[in-house]
Amino acid sequence: MNHDEYTTNYIRDILRGVKTIALVGASSNPVRPSYLVMQYLLGKGYEVIPVNPGLAGQMLHGQLVHRSLKDIPKPIDMVDIFRSSDAAGPIVDEALALALKPSVIWMQLTVRDDEAAARAEAAGLKVVMNRCPKMEYGKISGEWTWVGGNSGIVSSRRQQRHENGKMQSLGLGGTSNTR
Amino acid sequence: MADKTPGFDTLAIHAGAAPDPATGARITPIYQTTAYVFDDVKHAADLFALRAFGNIYTRIMNPTQAVLEAKVAALEGGTAALALASGHAAQMLVFHALMQPGDEFVAVRQLYGGSINQFNHSFKSFGWHVVWADAEDMDSIEKALSPKTKAIFIESIANPGGRITDIGAVAKIAKRAGVPLIVDNTLATPFLCKPIEHGANIVVHSLTKFMGGHGNSMGGAIVDGGNFDWSKSGKYPLLSEPNDSYHGMKFHETFGGIAFAIACRVLGLRDLGPSIAPQNAFYILTGMETLSLRMQRHCENALKVAEWLSQNPKVAWVNYAGLPGDAHHALHKKYTPKGAGAVFTFGLKGGYEAGVKVVSSVKLLSHLANVGDTRSLIIHPASTTHSQLTPDQLKKAGATPDVVRLSIGIEDVSDIIADLDQAIG
Repeated sequence: MNHDEYTTNYIRDILRGVKTIALVGASSNPVRPSYLVMQYLLGKGYEVIPVNPGLAGQMLHGQLVHRSLKDIPKPIDMVDIFRSSDAAGPIVDEALALALKPSVIWMQLTVRDDEAAARAEAAGLKVVMNRCPKMEYGKISGEWTWVGGNSGIVSSRRQQRHENGKMQSLGLGGTSNTR
Repeated sequence: MADKTPGFDTLAIHAGAAPDPATGARITPIYQTTAYVFDDVKHAADLFALRAFGNIYTRIMNPTQAVLEAKVAALEGGTAALALASGHAAQMLVFHALMQPGDEFVAVRQLYGGSINQFNHSFKSFGWHVVWADAEDMDSIEKALSPKTKAIFIESIANPGGRITDIGAVAKIAKRAGVPLIVDNTLATPFLCKPIEHGANIVVHSLTKFMGGHGNSMGGAIVDGGNFDWSKSGKYPLLSEPNDSYHGMKFHETFGGIAFAIACRVLGLRDLGPSIAPQNAFYILTGMETLSLRMQRHCENALKVAEWLSQNPKVAWVNYAGLPGDAHHALHKKYTPKGAGAVFTFGLKGGYEAGVKVVSSVKLLSHLANVGDTRSLIIHPASTTHSQLTPDQLKKAGATPDVVRLSIGIEDVSDIIADLDQAIG
């Protein structure tokens, strides 16, 4: 498929469908994007499992850090890759070699490897590249508007507060007329 | 709505403006509040450290303002926008994010007189140095570049001359120089021209003019094109280097395509403070819903008035790019094909005195210092908006002593022409 742009429905289906996310390239530095994204996704109710060999065995946002994907003792729905484009291919191959394959490979902003994407798609996975799940969640929920962001989405449906009950937190519920 | 990208008129009404999540209010509420309560200490800390989306304090963001920002960004085809107290505030914050003391930027002389003043005088005291070039002469822009150049600044339709700038040609120069192109799109509005489609990186607006359109509210905006690689450039430390006031966060790395808009908000607006009033954001939002309808009528009326003036024996010349013989007619067809705008100038054979007589004799047109109102407006720039400029600057800005500037409104055009007819005498 074309990975230059994605439809809102494609991204929404992924963000609604996945529950468990392995975040490869997790960081304990609180100003690194991977730290911010992990915290945000946890706040939205996803189970996020950090992967970083340098931090293996430590706790990050209350979650145990694993050395590699194959060390995670449970099935994962999505692999979110916070590494350079050069490093993305081997991570995709590692994901495809898991006994229980994930259903989604997600590569962060600036990360793209079309050949690895093709391998994942051939194995039946969905792929997103050069995007950030925090930003995409924000666009679909409406939080993106709070920073003056252009989501490309218009809707006459009331935006949904997130079920976490927090102040200033929207969910993926009601911004779509196509549900 | 299905995945098809909505059209311009749909965006003008709906972009950013889903029903209010708190109340279900269909029209964007006026959030007349200074601050917002936190869930807990951690939520507060996350907001202050930019780890979470959300409101803290209305000097930096406000839900009514946010809808305005999202709408402006959508109409311009940008990634994000920041709404501010005025167009001048927008320009100040753009350069604050780009410039260090001693840096230069290139601007063309064909600009709003207020911008010329801001660049020549107030910016100088910040150590930001404008180098002037000529919008008619691309070589002059090339020659004005230096290793200290951090940006190029132009207007899409220049005020007051009504000249149309070759945005694509300037964008090529900016790209070769590795600096962002900033376009003031106030007089065109995104209905007539979307500078980002022609290679601009940053768009600024006075929303006070056609965007709000009713002469009732001050506002400005910065639109982030999301199309400049701040990290690769290395010339913009505020965007690419660790920021001390946010614990070492790098804006471009963290915020990607909206990094410039975020930096203008959480650095420029946080520290310099020219925030837009929520009430004004609301008025401008209401005005923007009819942007297309108004701009079509503004342009139709302006063309008819320009045609009438060009036939009047007491009129020496008319500068309106919509007229087939105008020097900027080809650029109008290329960059603003739906109309040449509604602000233009003409000169009377009687010179300065005749110009003063016209502005003193009008009964329907209003003699005042604004443009882009539903009402038709008239002014004599040499004695008002451009009065602080030297004779040479006046000439280069298209505001010679005989010049009368019109901002044609959306009244019945026959009434506008009748008023000008009796005033010209």
